[in-house]
Amino acid sequence: MNEHPLYLDGNALAGPLGEVFTTDPTTAWRLCPACRLPATLAQLHVYGPEPGLTARCPGCAAVALRVVTQPGHLWLQLGSGAGAFRFSRPHDRVRNPG
Amino acid sequence: MHGWRRARLTERTRQTATGRTLRLDVPEWPGHLPGQHVDIRLTADDGYQAVRSYSLAAPAGAGAGSIELGVQATSGGEVSPYLADDLPLGAEVEARGPLGGWFVWTPRESGPLLLVAGGSGIVPLMAMVRARLASASDEPCTLLYSVRSPAEVWYAEELDAAAHRIRVRLLHTRVAPDGSARPAGRIGGPDLRDLPPSAEGRCYVCGPTGFVEHVGELLLTTGYAPGRIRTERFG
Repeated sequence: MNEHPLYLDGNALAGPLGEVFTTDPTTAWRLCPACRLPATLAQLHVYGPEPGLTARCPGCAAVALRVVTQPGHLWLQLGSGAGAFRFSRPHDRVRNPG
Repeated sequence: MHGWRRARLTERTRQTATGRTLRLDVPEWPGHLPGQHVDIRLTADDGYQAVRSYSLAAPAGAGAGSIELGVQATSGGEVSPYLADDLPLGAEVEARGPLGGWFVWTPRESGPLLLVAGGSGIVPLMAMVRARLASASDEPCTLLYSVRSPAEVWYAEELDAAAHRIRVRLLHTRVAPDGSARPAGRIGGPDLRDLPPSAEGRCYVCGPTGFVEHVGELLLTTGYAPGRIRTERFG
């Protein structure tokens, strides 16, 4: 609610990234390839100002992703070459046979 | 889930000098969980759009097509002062949500609950308090609520009335009420005494970034495992 804070966190990315992900992105889990700190997307530190948001590892500040929202377009860059999010897919579980 | 819906302002309640709760009718609202937020989009006559996030202050329930938001007017802000005081009753904005599945608590979760709010960070935690009060749960629930002065307390009467079911501890940072045993000051280690056992509980912290960082460190020092702490910085 402070419109220009030092940084926010990944909770604030739920809306922008929700435009391109069908699963809630804030619970996606990530292991930082630089410092090995695990974090959900919600726990990343997010720097503005909008419309460009940069999400960084809360441990070492390595860039996890950048998202820029424009009228008609959303740009998403994952990492600076490494680091992948693991999404839970609750409707796609493998059933036990029998 | 993430399309924009029309939302009509139906009620505005003054909480503090600059804090308001807004009730909006949102047709076909799908419901939400305590702790979630919405994005609100305003469109100017010339097409310029601004989007801001606001926390949902009440659990989904009786008023299924209606949501309650907390808005703290920020001095010089582009959106929040307008929503807080100028958007007329009956006017429409656009809302997208519910958003966020991580900073969420529901009464189905077992174990003690610790909530730590800084200023208007109370808003999403109030949705959790209300859900807790509406449930049959008798697990311990503690709210530590940091405010500058007694006049800055949101939901003051409701929290007073809830004092027999949850423990509410107000922590005044600038001006303490007359006769207060605790001098005004920032939340510190002594304020975390007598808390629910850290090994079993869940803890939710919401407030300005500096407050959340400070409280997070205090909780880790107190023995809370990082995996039991969920945080949301102002948004």
